[in-house]
Amino acid sequence: MDHIRPVESGGPSPEDGPPAPDLVDLLRSSGRGDERAFALLYDATASRVFGLALRVVRDRAQAEEVTQESFLEIWRTAGRYDPDRGSPLSWLLTITHRKSVDRVRSAESASRRDTTYQHHNQPVDHDSTAEAAQASLEARRVRGALAHLTEVQREAVSLAYLGGYTHTEVATMLDLPVGTAKTRIRDGLIRLRDALGVGS
Amino acid sequence: MSDIHALSGAYAVDALDDLERAAFERHLAECPECRAEVAGLREAAGLLAETTPVEPPAELRAAVLAGIGSIRPLPPEVPVARPRPRRTARWLVAAAAAVLLAGGGAVAWQQPWSDTSQGSVPIADQVLHASDAKSTSLDFPGGAKATVTHSDGLDKAVIVTKDMPAPPDGKVYQLWLDQPGRGMVSAGVMPVAADQTVILSGDAATALAAGITVEPAGGSTSPTTKPIALFDFGRTSA
Repeated sequence: MDHIRPVESGGPSPEDGPPAPDLVDLLRSSGRGDERAFALLYDATASRVFGLALRVVRDRAQAEEVTQESFLEIWRTAGRYDPDRGSPLSWLLTITHRKSVDRVRSAESASRRDTTYQHHNQPVDHDSTAEAAQASLEARRVRGALAHLTEVQREAVSLAYLGGYTHTEVATMLDLPVGTAKTRIRDGLIRLRDALGVGS
Repeated sequence: MSDIHALSGAYAVDALDDLERAAFERHLAECPECRAEVAGLREAAGLLAETTPVEPPAELRAAVLAGIGSIRPLPPEVPVARPRPRRTARWLVAAAAAVLLAGGGAVAWQQPWSDTSQGSVPIADQVLHASDAKSTSLDFPGGAKATVTHSDGLDKAVIVTKDMPAPPDGKVYQLWLDQPGRGMVSAGVMPVAADQTVILSGDAATALAAGITVEPAGGSTSPTTKPIALFDFGRTSA
C-alpha cells in the first residue's frame, strides 16, 4: 500500500500560479481545524468531486447537495485520513461516490432514474465527457488506460462507478448472468489499475 | 471464501447491495489482501473522475466554507493496523498512539455512590466503582465499543464491551496485560458475547496497558496477531 501515490494533476488552472499544494498536508491541516487549508483543498479537488457527483446523480441541484455534504464530511473526518490506505483524492472520491450512490438509491429518486437511463446513460461515453475534460492530461491518460479493458469490462465498470448501479443491475443491463457482472467489474478495475500504475 | 474475494471490485465502486456490503466488510476486517486490493481498485476507479470534471458554482464554495465553521473535526481513529509486536516498547508506542488518537485517553471514572460496601459487591463492580478507577474507551468501526477500567488499589482490570461482533469462526478474542519487562501476558480469553463484563486475570496494578488480539480457539501463550485494540493505562513513567 505504500506504493499508492497521490494523484496530483493540479488545481483547476495549473498553468498559472504556484504548484498544486500537497493534498496530504492539506488534509492533515484540515483535520486540525485549519479552514484556510481546507479552502485550498476544496479548490484543488472541487471540480472532480462535483463532476463525479453530477455524473452519478445527473441532477445538478442534487449534485450540488451531494458535493456540499461530501465536503462537510471530508472536513469532519479529515483527521481520520490514513495515507497508508490510499491517496487523498481516492479518499475524497470514495466519500463522494458513496454519498452519490446513496442519493440515487433512495426510493425517492429511483423512479426518475428509471426513465432517464434510456436517454442519458451511455456507458463509457468518451465523446460526451471529452469536452469538459479536454484540458486534462490525466483524463487523456485514463482514457488511454480504458482501452486496455474489454468492451464488456469497460461498460460494467462505467455503469457501476459512473452510473452508480449495483452489480446485479449491471448484469441485467448488459445481459450477463447475475454472478458475472461483479467479476467483469473486478477484472476491469484490475486492468485499469495496472494500466494506470496505481495501487498494489 | 474465494467467492467473497470476488466482491472486491464491486465493493470498491459501491456496487454491492447492503447485505452483500455488510458481509464483505466483515470479510475485509480479517483479509489484508482484500483490503489492499480494494484500496488499489478504488484508486483506479477514482481516476475515472478525471474524465468528468465540472466546475461547481461559486456559491457552493461559499456554502461549504461557511458550513465547516460550525462542524468540529473528529479526532483521528484508533489505529489497529500495527506490526505484530515483539517487544514491550512497540506495544507502548502503539498503546500511546491508540490513546492519543482516540482523543480522550484515560478518563477518571465517575463514582456513582460513595458507599462501596466491599465484600458483597462483585469484583467487577468494585473495580468499576473504585475511587482510583481509570477507564479508557475505544470505538470500533461498525459501532462496537470496549472500555477497560483498572484500579491499582484493587490490582484488577475489567473490560466492558458493547455490540462486539463475534470473533471469526475458530477464533477467540484474547485479553493481554502489558507487564514491564515481560511484554504481553495473557489475561484470559473472552467468552463470546456482544455485551459483557470480563475481569482480566493478572496484576493490573503493574501493567502498562491492556490489549485484545484475535487468537486461535483456546488462546495463545503470546499474541500471534496484531492487536485490534490497545488500552493504555496512562502510566507516566518513561
